Amino acid sequence: MAFASALKCRECGREYPTDPLNVCEFCFGPLEVVYDYEAISRVVSRERILNGPLTMWRYQDLLPVDGDNAVDLQTGFTPLMKAPNLGRMLGLDHLYIKNDAVNPTNSFKDRVVSVASTKALEYEFKTLACASTGNLAGSVAAHAARAGMTAYIFIPADLEKGKVIGAAIYGPTVVAINGSYDDVNRLCSELADTYPWAFVNINMRPYYAEGSKTLGYEVAEQLGWQAPAHCIVPSASGSMFTKIWKGFKEFEDLELIPKVHTHMHMTQAAGCAPIAEAYEAGVTRVRPVKPDTVAKSLAIGNPADGYYSLKTIQESDGDATIVPEEEVVTGIQMLAETEGIFTETAGGVVISGLKRLVERGAIKRDEVTVAYITGNGLKTLEAVEHTVKPVTIDPTTASFEAEVLSA
Amino acid sequence: MGVTVRIPAPLRRVTNDLDRVEVDAENLADMVDAMEEQFPGIKERLIDETGGLRHFVNIYVNGEDVQFLQGLDTEIKASDEVSIVPAVAGG
Ligand SMILES: Cc1ncc(COP(=O)(O)O)c(C=O)c1O
Ligand SMILES: [Zn+2]
Repeated sequence: MAFASALKCRECGREYPTDPLNVCEFCFGPLEVVYDYEAISRVVSRERILNGPLTMWRYQDLLPVDGDNAVDLQTGFTPLMKAPNLGRMLGLDHLYIKNDAVNPTNSFKDRVVSVASTKALEYEFKTLACASTGNLAGSVAAHAARAGMTAYIFIPADLEKGKVIGAAIYGPTVVAINGSYDDVNRLCSELADTYPWAFVNINMRPYYAEGSKTLGYEVAEQLGWQAPAHCIVPSASGSMFTKIWKGFKEFEDLELIPKVHTHMHMTQAAGCAPIAEAYEAGVTRVRPVKPDTVAKSLAIGNPADGYYSLKTIQESDGDATIVPEEEVVTGIQMLAETEGIFTETAGGVVISGLKRLVERGAIKRDEVTVAYITGNGLKTLEAVEHTVKPVTIDPTTASFEAEVLSA
Repeated sequence: MGVTVRIPAPLRRVTNDLDRVEVDAENLADMVDAMEEQFPGIKERLIDETGGLRHFVNIYVNGEDVQFLQGLDTEIKASDEVSIVPAVAGG
């Protein structure tokens, strides 16, 4: 198997075998995959990556599973697009959109689930499960279908229709829970102790989380083997944010790219911004909140990786931005109208957060900036429905002229 | 009859594989002390050097995160269910 050599507690450093474990028995700290980087550095090269598949599995040397056995819906290697129109509007000459909304189930979650489901098969689990704010639900259900596994999907009952149907269609058992994501999460943690299932974001979490590193690798490769000056990333648990940074740092250590000077900026919506609030208050302990936000995919009130996200901000000299609720939809509209990309609410948080960062002077005109668009707008139609007014007319020229042209 | 405390898998080595324990206590700080008497070693896994709850430990009383209540001072009574859950998921 690949180059993953152990799991290690991020707090006390105790090591564990690469089993389906996620918590240190001594301090409750989260476990993280450690690799034999020396062995990796002997095989990895730009050329080897360039010759790999046009998916996230081109980076399999840096993932904790063997890519040949991957549960693979052809996730990743999504477009990094120059965004000249939005750039002009905001005053940025080198703005790029990482459009990860075009993955197989229309969000970046396919990256983490591809790794987690592969690992689950490796451990011979028959059932794949998750607690989800929406996007993970669809991805887990699809990967379970592909892998021939049974799936249980746990979601808060108030999710957008597109996310519920977009998961249910693959045939899992979808369980909607009267409560917030944090309630769903607590329940699933208890269930994960009882049932022999692979919960992708609980007992598979150390492996799952590694999948997000590919969002760092890809952007670096697509920019011509260098990391950008700024990344703008939407956060819920904070996991992806920390792993994009880890991806850049690993590429730097392996000398695949020059020294990294990236500033990592996190964005959250005002109705659920526990990490950004801790950043603003200058504390390292994230106080949980009760989410009330239109950005449901980001509605985690008690973010497991909040503490490490704050460390990533500090190490990268980045910052965190809180986007007012009413600017979430404005952000969605801005991206759609300038670049032709329809993102979900998380992407609205990114674009409005980016605007604020530029206005605040945190990002300069000539700096290479990457906005991570991690989910698709068709899944959150409810959020924007009230802003559009398609016209209906009779099939006559008169009706067209009267009701469209003269309106 | 005491308060029922749900024990997560990573702590069961300390509780001799019990997934539920019963303790007599009036608040969470007492509860932790009472559990320590029965299961030496459990306290240091839950409480940090400053006497607060460890970073990655969540405690719920009847489903409510005690950080929204009075933390370790939260009062508990016999019919309550207390749940200890590692802070590890997200997504
Ligand atoms: C579209 C989208 N973007 C971003 C995130 C945040 O991910 P993380 O929990 O890793 O911070 C989520 C999480 O569900 C999401 O669905
Ligand atoms: Zn530890």
